[in-house]
Amino acid sequence: VCIHRVRSCSSIRFIKSKYVCVFDKSALKFSHQQRLFRTSAVSCGQIVQFKLSDIGEGITEVTVKEWYIKEGDSVSQFDSICEVQSDKASVTITSRYDGVIRKLHYSIDDIAFVGKPLVDIEIDASKGVASEEDVVETPPMSHEEHTHQEIKGHKTLATPAVRRLAMENNIKLSEVVGTGKDNRILKEDILNYLAKQTGAILPPSPKAEIVPPLRKTETVPAAPKDKARKIPVPVSRPIAFSGKDKTEPVTGFQKAMVKTMSAALKIPHFGYCDEIDLTQLVQLREELKPLAELRGVKISFMPFFIKAASLGLLQYPILNASLDENCQNVTYKASHNIGVAMDTEQGLIVPNVKNVQVCSVFDIAVELNRLQSLGSAGQLGTSDLTGGTFTLSNIGTIGGTYAKPVILPPEVAIGALGKIQVLPRFNGKGEVFKAQIMNVSWSADHRIIDGATMARFSNLWKSYLENPASMLLDLK
Amino acid sequence: MVLQSLKNCLWLSCVLRTPKAFFWSTASGGLIIQSVSNDVYQNLAVEDWIHDHMDLEKQQVLFLWRNSPAVVIGRHQNPWQECNLRLLRQKNIKLARRRSGGGTVYHDLGNINLTFFTTRKKYERMENLKLVVKALKALRPELDVHVTDRYDILLDRQYKISGTAAKLGRTSAYHHCTLLCNADKFVLSSVLKSPYKGLKSNATPSVPALVKNLFEEDPSLTSEMLLDAIAKEYATHHQIDHHITVINPADETLLPGISNKTKELQTWEWLYGKTPKFSISTCLNMAYKDSVLDVKVNMDVKHGRIEVCNIDLPEQWLPPGLYSELVKSLTGSKFCPNETTTLVTTLLRVCPQDNELHSRWSLLCENMIRLM
Repeated sequence: VCIHRVRSCSSIRFIKSKYVCVFDKSALKFSHQQRLFRTSAVSCGQIVQFKLSDIGEGITEVTVKEWYIKEGDSVSQFDSICEVQSDKASVTITSRYDGVIRKLHYSIDDIAFVGKPLVDIEIDASKGVASEEDVVETPPMSHEEHTHQEIKGHKTLATPAVRRLAMENNIKLSEVVGTGKDNRILKEDILNYLAKQTGAILPPSPKAEIVPPLRKTETVPAAPKDKARKIPVPVSRPIAFSGKDKTEPVTGFQKAMVKTMSAALKIPHFGYCDEIDLTQLVQLREELKPLAELRGVKISFMPFFIKAASLGLLQYPILNASLDENCQNVTYKASHNIGVAMDTEQGLIVPNVKNVQVCSVFDIAVELNRLQSLGSAGQLGTSDLTGGTFTLSNIGTIGGTYAKPVILPPEVAIGALGKIQVLPRFNGKGEVFKAQIMNVSWSADHRIIDGATMARFSNLWKSYLENPASMLLDLK
Repeated sequence: MVLQSLKNCLWLSCVLRTPKAFFWSTASGGLIIQSVSNDVYQNLAVEDWIHDHMDLEKQQVLFLWRNSPAVVIGRHQNPWQECNLRLLRQKNIKLARRRSGGGTVYHDLGNINLTFFTTRKKYERMENLKLVVKALKALRPELDVHVTDRYDILLDRQYKISGTAAKLGRTSAYHHCTLLCNADKFVLSSVLKSPYKGLKSNATPSVPALVKNLFEEDPSLTSEMLLDAIAKEYATHHQIDHHITVINPADETLLPGISNKTKELQTWEWLYGKTPKFSISTCLNMAYKDSVLDVKVNMDVKHGRIEVCNIDLPEQWLPPGLYSELVKSLTGSKFCPNETTTLVTTLLRVCPQDNELHSRWSLLCENMIRLM
């Protein structure tokens, strides 16, 4: 359609070559000439004072509680303007006109009076204007046609939009009673006239008696309004995409992330990855699950991973340390407070299980349950979120195999656990069997930790999990 | 009672066979509906839906609903001022903000809610409340109940058993009110007492009142009986069938768009963000080592977010850099314990690892969080 129209108007000059003119044939018929309007910064509309209408129950004054618009905003008829309150009743005031808000007569918490002006709205006389710059000038005669129409010696005031609506519904403007300023005919008047004629429910408020979903004013009749505006609307692109970029400040959880990650940048990370065969652990967990449930606790794999990590840290305490700001001293932390990354609605949080070195797997499971329920309710306390010395992130619950986790200062190491996959592996006899494989990706601070240490720790951790019985030997 | 539920089942099965059209197109001048849900957000969403989508010219609607424990604040109120948010979180009692004006109420299954939907023109609260009183008197003639000019219903001339609020839109309006049948008065009084000091705001304040349950007056009364009596009176008044249609607020086919409305009512922006601007001016009494520190705190909160924050700490109690980091983090953040906890614990990660510093920091932050 667009392309066709471009060709048909190639003979008609338009200034900006990047714009395409689209002519609405019915508009042409009406106006008898082509019109390309000029957008002007100075509007030529009329300012109407929108008064606060009667609330009912003999109420004369209300308190303004919230403005939905501000000066300069465009409003359409039936858009919400503000919320006022009177004696336990909250009232939504909607606009009677289409236009631009030019003045708010009250501030929040002011008393507003029924019958007195609430806002000043500038009713846009030259509606249907395209958002582009100078094009062809309007012929002088059309100016008059905008505002007046001489019919039977009477001047009838109505905007082009209102005229279009009348024309499309075969209504004679002279037969409509205008309720606007100087007896100007408003859209509302046309609609009222229509309603009286047909007894129909007015289009702007399609409240159905039968069959929802007929919606309300959000889908105000597209037809009359849009046609009114479609006298050459230069379209800059064929596909109508009305998405807009949205900029908002970084706050809350995001702010926290920015701080943490910016600090983490200073740490020179190195990675080390490996694959763990959890076949035996899976079996063990199946056996222990009912026992734990009897005690009212859900047991996942995490308590095992956490306990194994703690056992490993006993052998390689440098991974449970902290480097001071000036890189002068390394503090070996006595407690193994192992953090568990949690994904909540608001974002990433890392509560930690305190003193894992003296906890049993069951103790860890109980504590994890507590942290998880507090975390999802958004009720974790500061002590739960501070004091961590080492972190595990089970990203595998969401998906993924290998990752490159970022160390959370002031810690020096972190592990990311991938998902458990069933994969074919060779056993000692050279036979293929079904193995439950999980990948682990470690990151460590290369200033105080070397690759060999990380590798040995990982191997120890892996051996505990691949052969859970061996954990028994070293449990304290 | 059995007949009533049988009737409901039959009606419901008719509704199921021919949904939508049959449900909404009653020829009569009124419709009585009752919600199957006890979820405050779902029920408030139903009110929104009817207000936005139903044509009330031809028929008025009475909506009956009850909620599991929840505190419901008025449209322009301040939840910190109105209730004990800490207690609500602990006891898992929901907080809801309704769209109508008025004050704060406590809902539980012993409290019934009645919403009268009419066109804007036919909005008339006194008439509705008089109908309720008439229904109560028809059920128990000896009950001393009357409507005050504040739109409350009083029992024995002194106890409030019902509070009212209303919402007016462009073409439709609703008036809803509560009725205390057998609510937990102990929980009611403890949750509706705000522990937050030093709040200054222009939000609509609630007027506390002495309350009593109808059950206390007459133990033979139940919520079901009261709902039924009111429905009967409404039916008589509007000359319609004494028939209660049951609806499910989760039914998207029947009420298209209802799940979005339900979700919106639960967002932080609605619940807390709609609080009118307020300020806090208070003093934290922090017990540190052998002394007690008096720390003055001043905060301005707009749209539920901290606009301005001033904490008057003794000099050098915290390294100045850290103090300004704290203030910078708090500014623009939600006035919310969860968000603040996350922020302050994160800040701790990037400051010197000094036990003394950490304990001071924790002390200050815990006290700050208690304000929220």
